[in-house]
Amino acid sequence: MPPATAPQEQNGDVAVVIDRLSKHFGSAPALQDLSAQISYGRLTGLVGPDGAGKTTLMRILTGLLVPNSGHARVAGFDVVDDNDAIHVATGYMPQRFGLYEDLSVMENMRLYAQLRGMAADGHADLFAQLLDFTRLAPFTGRLAGKLSGGMKQKLGLACALMARPAVLLLDEPGVGVDPVSRQDLWRMVQALTDEGMAVVWSTAYLDEAERCDSVLLLNEGRLAYDGPPGELTARLTSRSFRLEQVGERRRAVLAEVLSLDSVGDGVIQGAGVRVVLRADAGTEQISALADRVGAQLKAVPARFEDAFIDLLGGGPGGTSALAEGMPPVELASDVAVSCRDLTKRFGDFTATDMVSFEVRKGEIFGLLGPNGAGKSTTFKMLCGLLKPTSGEAQVVGLDLRRATGAAKGQLGYMAQKFSLYGLLSVRQNLEFSAGVYGLKGAARQARIDEMIDIFGLQPWLSAAPESLPLGVRQRLALACAVMHRPPVLFLDEPTSGVDPITRREFWTHINGLARKGVTVMVTTHFMDEAEYCDRVAMLYRARLIALDTPDALKRSAVSDLRPDPTMEDAFIHLVEAEDRADEARSGVAA
Amino acid sequence: MTRHNGYLSFTRLRAQFVKEVLSILRDPRSRMVVFMPPLLQLLVFAFAATLEVRNVDIAVHNQDAGRWSHELIARLDRADFITQVYRVTDGQELGRLIDQGEVIAALDIQPDFSRAIAAGDSGRIQLLIDGRRSNSGQITASYLSAIAAEVGAEANPGTGPATPVAVRNWFNPNLTYRWFIVPGLSGILAFFSALLITSLSIARERELGTFDQLLVSPTSTPEIILSKSLPALVIGTMLGLLMMAAAAGPFRIPFNGSFALLFVSLVLFILSVVGIGLMISAISATQQQAILGAFAIGVPSVLMSGFATPVENMPMLLQWLAQAIPLTHFLVIVEGSFLKAMAPGDIFASLWPLAMIALVSLTMATIFVRGRLQ
Repeated sequence: MPPATAPQEQNGDVAVVIDRLSKHFGSAPALQDLSAQISYGRLTGLVGPDGAGKTTLMRILTGLLVPNSGHARVAGFDVVDDNDAIHVATGYMPQRFGLYEDLSVMENMRLYAQLRGMAADGHADLFAQLLDFTRLAPFTGRLAGKLSGGMKQKLGLACALMARPAVLLLDEPGVGVDPVSRQDLWRMVQALTDEGMAVVWSTAYLDEAERCDSVLLLNEGRLAYDGPPGELTARLTSRSFRLEQVGERRRAVLAEVLSLDSVGDGVIQGAGVRVVLRADAGTEQISALADRVGAQLKAVPARFEDAFIDLLGGGPGGTSALAEGMPPVELASDVAVSCRDLTKRFGDFTATDMVSFEVRKGEIFGLLGPNGAGKSTTFKMLCGLLKPTSGEAQVVGLDLRRATGAAKGQLGYMAQKFSLYGLLSVRQNLEFSAGVYGLKGAARQARIDEMIDIFGLQPWLSAAPESLPLGVRQRLALACAVMHRPPVLFLDEPTSGVDPITRREFWTHINGLARKGVTVMVTTHFMDEAEYCDRVAMLYRARLIALDTPDALKRSAVSDLRPDPTMEDAFIHLVEAEDRADEARSGVAA
Repeated sequence: MTRHNGYLSFTRLRAQFVKEVLSILRDPRSRMVVFMPPLLQLLVFAFAATLEVRNVDIAVHNQDAGRWSHELIARLDRADFITQVYRVTDGQELGRLIDQGEVIAALDIQPDFSRAIAAGDSGRIQLLIDGRRSNSGQITASYLSAIAAEVGAEANPGTGPATPVAVRNWFNPNLTYRWFIVPGLSGILAFFSALLITSLSIARERELGTFDQLLVSPTSTPEIILSKSLPALVIGTMLGLLMMAAAAGPFRIPFNGSFALLFVSLVLFILSVVGIGLMISAISATQQQAILGAFAIGVPSVLMSGFATPVENMPMLLQWLAQAIPLTHFLVIVEGSFLKAMAPGDIFASLWPLAMIALVSLTMATIFVRGRLQ
């Protein structure tokens, strides 16, 4: 599809010019003095953690927000002066595309065509083309509300493409989409850029950045990097290593690795530890450590995330003050969490289907799967927030739905969405958590002070939680969840959207707690985060399709094409196997 | 690690109570619910709303040239409740003024009016009333007939008083509308405040996601109910007392009953409302649903409570339903305590239904909150 609006810019292939753009909301700056260019025919990644200014920039480029200073031209039109033309020249897909859930796929497309001023009947060709392109043709009669996350995203894309825009802006299209549908989206976007369209793909997942032709890396409203992702990662050549097969001791080894001054960043990767050295640092220290723990040191290719952390001056240290101050956990049983044939149905929809597993004391156990796979439902049943339709769920040997207050005190819980009291200050939130978990008197005050100290909350004590930077908010939420030193910790998507530094810091605490014997249940849709877990349960369409260590899961996906598969490769491999098994089953039934 | 067994722990309760009070005071929506209605209601009822008829216009078509019609019109001119008397010269004009709503009533004085009175007969006047404003119209009609009777008495002094029946209104001798509106208002105000505060409370937490956090904590359902009831109880009681003070003070409404009994009734009344509010909140997913729910329950409750229309005039089924509305019983007590010294026995007759409703609604609220864990 060639763009309908011919670019009027003189200098050929420049689609978007951003010139010293600034935008603030109240006193909070969202964008600061941003200058960049975006070209036709390329996929440009707008990359950064939540709150970096990605959505603000997108909304300015689509003419929905007016910048405080600076200019931006999109397809030759100024976003402020030629506001009407902007709407024609750009296609914009917001994070939640405004699909009408009670209209069918076709009705949604017709509506968006009409909103664009096109006669809906005169474009049968275009519709057929879009449906073919998005592979939605078999579902034209289905209600948009009944589509899966991936299919909704594709329909949104079809609607955004309706007017054949010259510039397509996609705001976090990969969120909540299963890895298979995400592959599909990438394929579609690739086809569009091949035709000459400028596509901007914003994302908080740094691994997505590597697939873009060019990247604008934002951090706290400023441009941290502008150029092809490969160039940034190339700076880290021969600085990335992996300690192979460290096994059981990997968390202790990681803590040691991070205390070396030649190491800038390190994370757990399956049974190994991934290390990024600081610029100009030698390999002596890390080699010595590898020899001492008897692990093999292997050079690995650098990742975009490594480069981002390096750009920000390296990750945090490896010791958790939180875990150090905590006595080792004693549990009566060796099994901390268990469920058997856990099933939940909402009407005729099955959210969790016959899920069984056991989590040992001191284990970090991950529930991995795309949105809608049943992670949260399973999670809520385990901690007693939902009643299972059938089957049982137990935490420390108790059904929490019927448990007493004392039993519930064994559990720490951090919800998926921000769930602190917005009307209470940071200090009042801490006091509330302490009180509701029965801490009192001097012990209460001591524990609150400890949390303030460990999580660096002193400067924020009288602020409202909503005004905090995302990273601080996350720290406060963790502080509230662990204040009563629970032996079992439930974390529902704890790090979605936060910047990689905060994520490192978060996992340092989790690793420290696990070493003290705290059992950690964590849900995530970050594939690489799953590697930090001891074992991972993969959920897909309400069913448990695999349960093993991250390394074993990856090994199952090894093929000639992919000798060293990632977690995402493993997931796609397993999902495809599951789909094939499904087809075989229904084939037999028919 | 500090452990608490059992259903109630003072530490946990205190933490939640502080949280509730801060949430209500800092949430603009709750603050508006708490402070705006009393101020508005006070102003509206002090200055605007009235059931008396004042400031009306009437029209007169006088076909009589005699003394008595002049006398009548002169009295109309002087009457306090009439702003202006339009004099018209034909009957059609009279109809037009009523049609257009410019006057509420019109008098058509017949040509033989003075002659008939002079002959010792009674004069005839046609009175046209705007039926679209039936209440005010009827009151105007009674005022006008009183004036006509005065004229009649003057014309024929020998015939005695025009109204042979002397009406004496007990408890409210002058039928001052404020005397029966304002005490009832104290109940309605406390009712809506308590209902809205509680119906927002759980819904707010659910909308923000903090309710799950609360449910996984060691706190028990009775603690949640208790910590959400107390602030609403305190605020509702204060508002009720404030309105009662306004009634007895600035509005000078006589208070003849027992304050202690009235206070106990107020607390029981609000407890029953709190239970209803918490039930609404437990089944609402968002604050918007909760507010809609509160009004869907609140407005019919006020209409059926006997505040505006007597319960006895309703169909039997609705009368039974009215007995389940806490406001119905409280209005009996509060109006009784103000205007007449209601006997303790009569108060108890309305008090025990309140206690029953409170018990049932709070139990139901606890069950509803527990039931949300499905």
